[in-house]
Amino acid sequence: MQPIFEATGISKSYGHILGCSNINLSLYSGEVMGIVGESGSGKSTLLNCLSAQIMPDQGEVIFRSPSRGEVDILKLSEAEQRYLARTEWAYVHQNPRDGLRMSVSAGGNVGERLMNIGNRHYGNIRTKAEDWMSRVELDTSRIDHRPSTFSGGMQQRLQIARNLVTEPRLIFMDEPTGGLDVSVQARLLDLLRSLVQELSLSVIIVTHDLAVIRMLADRMVVMKNGNVVEAGLADQVLDDPQHPYTQLLVSSILQV
Amino acid sequence: MSNDYNFAYLDEQTKRMIRRGLLKSIAIPGYQVPFASREMPMPYGWGTGGVQVTSACLVPEDKIKVIDQGADDTTNAVSIRQFFEKTAKVETTTHTEKASLIQTRHRIPEHDLDENQILVYQVPIPEPLRFLEPRESETRKMHALTEYGLMHVKLYEDIAHHGHIATSYAYPVKVEGRYVMDPSPIPKFDNPKMSMCPALQLFGAGREQRLYAIPPYCEVISLDFEDHPFTRLKANAECELCSANNSYLDEVIIDDEGNRMFVCSDTHYCEARQADGHRGKRNRLDQEGYDATHI
Repeated sequence: MQPIFEATGISKSYGHILGCSNINLSLYSGEVMGIVGESGSGKSTLLNCLSAQIMPDQGEVIFRSPSRGEVDILKLSEAEQRYLARTEWAYVHQNPRDGLRMSVSAGGNVGERLMNIGNRHYGNIRTKAEDWMSRVELDTSRIDHRPSTFSGGMQQRLQIARNLVTEPRLIFMDEPTGGLDVSVQARLLDLLRSLVQELSLSVIIVTHDLAVIRMLADRMVVMKNGNVVEAGLADQVLDDPQHPYTQLLVSSILQV
Repeated sequence: MSNDYNFAYLDEQTKRMIRRGLLKSIAIPGYQVPFASREMPMPYGWGTGGVQVTSACLVPEDKIKVIDQGADDTTNAVSIRQFFEKTAKVETTTHTEKASLIQTRHRIPEHDLDENQILVYQVPIPEPLRFLEPRESETRKMHALTEYGLMHVKLYEDIAHHGHIATSYAYPVKVEGRYVMDPSPIPKFDNPKMSMCPALQLFGAGREQRLYAIPPYCEVISLDFEDHPFTRLKANAECELCSANNSYLDEVIIDDEGNRMFVCSDTHYCEARQADGHRGKRNRLDQEGYDATHI
């Protein structure tokens, strides 16, 4: 079996400041990959490089698309990148305000990607929007309400619905549970886990919260100062960390 | 009295610059061409874009007509007409069919236009995607890559909140299957008139510094949904002065009791019909010799 997503030798620096250097990772269909590390360790830079939002200085990113076969993401034209980003990919922002249109109703938010790919039947769009709202456990009677009237957790679930409506194969998530309180986090993680299994999604998730990794990820990489210091199966790395930095991370988890 | 103005107010270099922009906009129907809009002796929002386009197109033989919401006799129309009478010494007219250049604010005349005419629109906000996507860098990219899904999000919102597409003016159109364009705030009743129009249609936005155009005989399609098709919108009445039932109507309050009447928004069309002997119900009620145009 070939990985659905493969990045080799990704390096990015901002002038003298190193973003990330020589990162390799691969992801198989239906697999969840966690990227952890402290603030400033290069997680977000890496995620942005992988999702072609910024151009890395070096490296290549191969995506095996169900519809188009093997493509080198970074060599695609901007039009193709943007098309891929709203059909077979999805990007869940930490702050739902970055990923939602706050002045557009929940239904319009979910339907946008459908309209973007040429869906022009109002009834169908609305049915799909309702369907996805119920799948992320949102009250469908609020379909015409603006996301600004939603709570933080609901906004985040709406953002996920909006991204999944075109049934993407690969999802990038940047701290999807950041800024939510623990009980809402738990419900969101539950939801994500069931969606990932149900739809056999491939996910790259960036977080500093090891509990998220423990619950969702199959494999993980640990980053420090722009480098990967440890990689492996999530449970293995968390239960038996080898690198001193990973050991520090794991031992810093608060026990209640 | 000598005329101290250069012909049609603007200097020749400026007119050349605008013409260059206009040529580009005609070459790419619906595409917004930036231009170096000048300060005009009128406030923004009063048609500075349209006036600059008119100025660049004007020749001494032109006969110009200026309308504001269909009317030849409102402040904006009168002052712009006087402006060109003074600065270009061109002939002016209120007759749609006699004009060679028509500058308009928010209406297309009811009378069919022909190949020898130019219609110049005054445009407040040229970017149809603006209220959904505030970033200019992003909207330009969306135009470049034909990413127009967002335009339908606006129509979706209309249906979700009102049960039908409630946008009744500045209704987005697609020109020649490529660029989505804001037709300026004309009522959507006028949208079908833009398609396959024999006249050249030019759009000027002064404050936003954009020009765009629909060349003659271009296909202009109003966006819609398969299950909510585009419909023209018109008051369910006929003109009470000339009895026209196919023209766009204004609703006018006529006294303090809240009585109102519907009249053609295109004043020339209405007057021409009355001169032909057509009479609306309010016209018939009045005694002979009553001059309906003075309401």
